[in-house]
Parts: sequence; C-alpha cells; structure tokens
Amino acid sequence: MMVTVRLFASYAESIGKSEVSLDVGSGSTVADVVKAIAELAGGDRLPPSPLVAVNRTYAKGTTLIFDGDEIAIIPPVAGG
Amino acid sequence: MMRATIVNDPIDIGSLTREAESDSCGATAVFLGTVRSTNEGRNVDGIEYSAYEEMAEKEMMAILGEAAAKFVIRQGIIEHRIGVLAVGDISIAVVVAHPHRHHAMDALRYIIDETKARATIWKLEHYTDGSREWVGAGTGQPR
Repeated sequence: MMVTVRLFASYAESIGKSEVSLDVGSGSTVADVVKAIAELAGGDRLPPSPLVAVNRTYAKGTTLIFDGDEIAIIPPVAGG
Repeated sequence: MMRATIVNDPIDIGSLTREAESDSCGATAVFLGTVRSTNEGRNVDGIEYSAYEEMAEKEMMAILGEAAAKFVIRQGIIEHRIGVLAVGDISIAVVVAHPHRHHAMDALRYIIDETKARATIWKLEHYTDGSREWVGAGTGQPR
C-alpha cells in the first residue's frame, strides 16, 4: 500500500525532500515508516523516535497505518 | 467567532482588532510577536518561517477552542505569518475579546503559550554573518 510521508524544516533539509511516497506492507506502523525514512540518505540525522502525525493528528510509533495515509515527521516546533 | 490562519502577507493588526470587535465585549487583548535583532548572543538578520499549514491551523483552532472553554472568550483570532521576515516584522498576532479584561488577558497568555508549544511551525534564523540555523532543532522534542 502507498503512503505519503511529509518532511519539514531541518528534517526536509537533511533528506533533501519535503515529500516521499512509500510502498509499505499491510500491518505497517508509524515506527516502520520512520525506520524506512531513517534509512534514506541523510535520514541518520533524524532522532530515533521523532514526533509523528498521521492525517494531521499526533500519533504513536505503534499506530497502524493504512493505504493513502499522510504521515508527517515533525521536527521540534518553534512558532511564535 | 474563532479563526486561526497561516498567512504569507504582512499581518494587519487594525483589521484583526476590527474583526474581533463585539458590542458585548469591553476588553480586547492583543499579543504581537515580532522578529528581534538578537538571539542567544547572535545578531539576527531575519527569520524564515515555514509550517505544516493544514495541521498548524487545525492545532491553533483546537487551542482557541480550549481557551473558549477555559476563559469563556467570545472572539479569538490567531494569524501566524510564514516566509522570510525581517527584524521588526510581526510573525504572530493573537487577538481575544471578552466582556472583561482579566479573562481576555488570561486567555491571551494561554493561546500564545500553547501555540508556541504545539503549532507545527518552524523558524530558520538568518544571522548577519551569513550563517543560518533551525531554532530548537538541537534541543530534542518539546512534548
């Protein structure tokens, strides 16, 4: 199944992309997606357990993902 | 009326206070965040703001909802600007209206504090020596 991974700020800069399409097996979790992204070039600069949102809601590493989900890997926020 | 918006253009504070006006509210509290010229001893030339816009707006609307529940505010507006801002530019405006001042000011503090902690917005500081750095990127997770 296909999911879209969105990257922002320092994470996007490290990996050189702001969006990645991933083909993952059914039953995959947020942690599986993070692992796949960490294996990309520059992905070693991500922390082991970054904040993640699935479809714009913060999610845990154990959260199951489904076809078409939008998974965002979220650097430490610094608005204001 | 509650509204939370990410904007690209300069924030017009006069228009925001007019939007928040209500005959039933005797207090309008305004917070403006601006780009300052130094940070941690370094001279700042400007800040480049970026956001996960859809989620930032969703989170800021949730914060306004929480403030409405806690402080019974009638009107709440957050505008956060993204893009490259110069020293002195307004990066965020929060406007709150309430019949009385204490609740308006308490709500204002709650909204700006929660927005800084939770909204998916980032800043890349540009320094006068030509270097740049993501703010908070080396400090681990805030939550």
